Amino acid sequence: MVSFKKPDLDSFQERIHIATLFVTFCFLLLVTRLVWLQLVSHGKYALLAESNRIALVPAPANRGLIIDRNGIVIGRNYSALTLDVNAEEVKGNVDQLINDLSEIIDISPRDRRNFKRSLEDSRNMGTFPLRSMLNETETARFMANRYRFPGVEIRARSFREYPYNELASHLIGYIGRVSQRDKERMQSEIENSKADDPDALQTSFLPGIQYVGKIGLEQSYENVLRGVPGYDQVEITAGGKPVRTLSSSPSVPGKNVVLSVDIKLQYLVEQLYGNFRGAFVAIEPETGDVLAFVSKPNFNPNDFVEGIDSVTWKELNDSPQKPLYNRPLKGIYPPGSTYKPFMALAALENKKRTASQTIFDPGYFDFGNHTFRDDKKGGHGTVDMQKSIVESCDTYYYMLARDMGVNMIADFMKPFGFGQITGIDLQGESKGVLPSTEWKQNTFKKPEQQKWYEGETISLGIGQGYNSFTILQLAHAMANLANNGVVMKPHLVKAIEDPFTRNRVLTTPKESYRIELNPENIEVIKKAMIEVNRSGTSAAAFQGTGYVAGGKTGTAQVFSLNSKDYKHGSTAEFLRDHALYIAFAPADKPTIVIAMVVENAGFGAQYAAPIARRALDYYIEGKWPKEVPEWKRAP
Amino acid sequence: MEKSPLNKIKAVFFGFFAGLDRQLGLILLGLAAVGFFTFLSASQNTPVQITDELRNLALSFVVMWIVSRIPPKWLEMGAVWIYALGVTLLVAVAAFGLIKKGARRWLNIGVVIQPSEIMKIAMPLMLAWYFQKREGLQKTWDYAVAIIILAIPVFLIARQPDLGTALLVFAAGLYVIILAGLPWKWILPFVGVGVIGILLIIIFGGTICAHDVVWPFVHDYQKHRICTLLDPSSDPLGKGFHTIQSMIAIGSGGFFGKGWFQGTQAHLEFIPEKHTDFVFAVFSEEFGLLGNLILLALFFALIKRGLAISASAPNLFTRLLGAAVTLIFFTYAFVNIGMVSGLLPVVGVPLPFISYGGTALVTLGFGAGILMSIHRHRRLVQS
Repeated sequence: MVSFKKPDLDSFQERIHIATLFVTFCFLLLVTRLVWLQLVSHGKYALLAESNRIALVPAPANRGLIIDRNGIVIGRNYSALTLDVNAEEVKGNVDQLINDLSEIIDISPRDRRNFKRSLEDSRNMGTFPLRSMLNETETARFMANRYRFPGVEIRARSFREYPYNELASHLIGYIGRVSQRDKERMQSEIENSKADDPDALQTSFLPGIQYVGKIGLEQSYENVLRGVPGYDQVEITAGGKPVRTLSSSPSVPGKNVVLSVDIKLQYLVEQLYGNFRGAFVAIEPETGDVLAFVSKPNFNPNDFVEGIDSVTWKELNDSPQKPLYNRPLKGIYPPGSTYKPFMALAALENKKRTASQTIFDPGYFDFGNHTFRDDKKGGHGTVDMQKSIVESCDTYYYMLARDMGVNMIADFMKPFGFGQITGIDLQGESKGVLPSTEWKQNTFKKPEQQKWYEGETISLGIGQGYNSFTILQLAHAMANLANNGVVMKPHLVKAIEDPFTRNRVLTTPKESYRIELNPENIEVIKKAMIEVNRSGTSAAAFQGTGYVAGGKTGTAQVFSLNSKDYKHGSTAEFLRDHALYIAFAPADKPTIVIAMVVENAGFGAQYAAPIARRALDYYIEGKWPKEVPEWKRAP
Repeated sequence: MEKSPLNKIKAVFFGFFAGLDRQLGLILLGLAAVGFFTFLSASQNTPVQITDELRNLALSFVVMWIVSRIPPKWLEMGAVWIYALGVTLLVAVAAFGLIKKGARRWLNIGVVIQPSEIMKIAMPLMLAWYFQKREGLQKTWDYAVAIIILAIPVFLIARQPDLGTALLVFAAGLYVIILAGLPWKWILPFVGVGVIGILLIIIFGGTICAHDVVWPFVHDYQKHRICTLLDPSSDPLGKGFHTIQSMIAIGSGGFFGKGWFQGTQAHLEFIPEKHTDFVFAVFSEEFGLLGNLILLALFFALIKRGLAISASAPNLFTRLLGAAVTLIFFTYAFVNIGMVSGLLPVVGVPLPFISYGGTALVTLGFGAGILMSIHRHRRLVQS
């Protein structure tokens, strides 16, 4: 029935051939594509598939403790109940969930903000705290309503705590939540260290780091205290749901830092300051151990750990008392008469005076057409070096400064650390000013300002003029003198302790350098300073000590803290002189030196020396003054 | 032949399969096996049951067997009626179809059916019937009529909208028209314009995909789709996501693949539609380039065999029908793999015998049955 024409079939066969060619071409296209994807680009896609499926879930490391030289823990961790929310389960309706939860538990706007930020930072993975430090009532109320909140649970978390609150706040500092700036800084630190540290990748696990030291030792020893956060490698689905844990890297807890500070001494001094502002630094001269590092008034670092509330912050920040200001580290003061022993030593070393050489003090010193007055009306009469220190004769030092000149003074004072960064293990140290012709040239812009005038040298002799130093520098210089010219870098931390083995590794620096001084000259100065406490300006404060202490009072005119900020009513108080005092004891082999200032207190002898006396009594003899409440160990 | 019970069974068994093309049967069994094993892995964490897949496969083979028993002559006689039924249903869809996901594609006649699927077979049937009728008398306007026959349902399907199916139905009809002898002078200009167009898009993809460039004659979303294809990372969370993730799946499979059930992209839900349209990504990830080459070889063998059957078919109707059905298989496979591997835009086209889906499997079984029937009735006619 069917007979087809040959040409038709041929034409059809031809088209089938062409179709076969077309199909073959298309299949070769597919093969090429697959070879491209699966052989040539396999590496790239394998990597993409891995990063698709694996997420790292951080496990924070326990932070190291901060321990004083006698084993008293002043920075520690404690466990508290936290309301944790599993990010994955609340996806989308965070606000509704928080609203529902806030009916039974108090949730502040700040909690809400923090939680939302954590969510955004984290690919919606893992569990985040919504409210910390739940009390018993809240816990109970939540447990009763638990069924309503799938994905929300109560967990114990570790928190930082400073058990003595305000005590030593400026030296301990505090930790706070990692900010974006902290993260960027840490990232660049890690990148810089990567070249020589094969383990850097581990420490670079930033998501595990939630808190970071913001100031004080918490900041400067951050890398020791922090430890290394651990993490779980978790396989996740496209929707971010964890499927299983692939591997787990445990966290390495941070190491403890052991302070050279004696926290009881610190406590005592802080108590003795009462409502006065000021700074107090005590150093063990032989080692450079800082024994006390007081800045008054202080603040409660616990307020900062979970983020400070705005009212407290405003109070602290706006207070004319400047409680957040680290006075011993940053505050610069003219040393006043406490500078005189160093000036005297400079004169001896530079052979500008002998100990017995005398001058006559009529009560004033004329230089050019300016008269420099002595504190004592009518003058001290005939004054030798010891008397100049014991009675704190200004005229003696006006003349001495004139005879030495600014640069000779500067060259002598520099190795003692005046106007130099001491290198203490805290960040943000002020340099102060040790004036010299060079300094003036570098500091001022106009040529007429750059010139040093002879008259400017005179007041340098009594620790005024351009002189301005930190109390830390003053204590350091005192330690260098007491240590007969051997310079030890001051430090607050003396050892790093392994949290498990309790093995301690000393971190105390070795001798920095030695100032070449004639021992006889040092003797002259120390003898004079001992006499200051026996019959001189601070004799009253040091009556009846069981040890011999050398000291020197000072009174400095105020111009360091900018007085224009202060409220009108209290301005008078803020214009009063600062009382300064330096000391070393016991005199034959000093174990402690002190430098201190009591701001706007008036005469050094009256306000500063008595505090030093009690501190020394306690440190050397263990005597606790009656007016100060007993030290109580924190629970 | 001895009449032992064993031989009896043998006789019945071979009788059952008598006339089925053995090569084609083996290739289809091979594809079905690949499909089944891939399904086992791909259907993890989906509500789809293994029994459903087995039922669909069985149904497909039953349809194939039944169709293979139908003489091509009957198909020829039924062609117009099937086509008319298909077009009627498409009109009905346009009138009272069900709307799902914004498209009006389904009709509820007790069971929910998708009439556009019928057109995939009805179209080549109708056109093959038409050219058989006009055999020897072909004039230029015969092609014009053929194009009208083609255009009506394609238009109806495209309006649903279901561009993927419209394209496939269009392709199915076009194959018949071309194979029937559409003059080259009509074909070549279109091919030329197409090739040049594609080359231009590939070469200047970066510039013409810039935001402010407006393409003539093309909707914004269509431009977007083509541009996403050229650079999937331009829209990694939207349209590009599917393509990027399936390319990652394929690429990370490497030469040997990650192993059966070991595909992370598939099992961690990075691949969309992993047991239907994107099942190739699952297969590729787990069985690698090696598996892909075997799968492509199977498809190629299927097409070669189909074309061979058509080439030796008795009359124009069977030749055109067989070749068109074969090229539909090819189009499915090429478009699906091309789309999953990021060569072509994403359109909803299943991978023949591998993708899960009852309707598609039945349609494919029907097509395979036609090929079998053509093969089976070849000798009868020639003798």
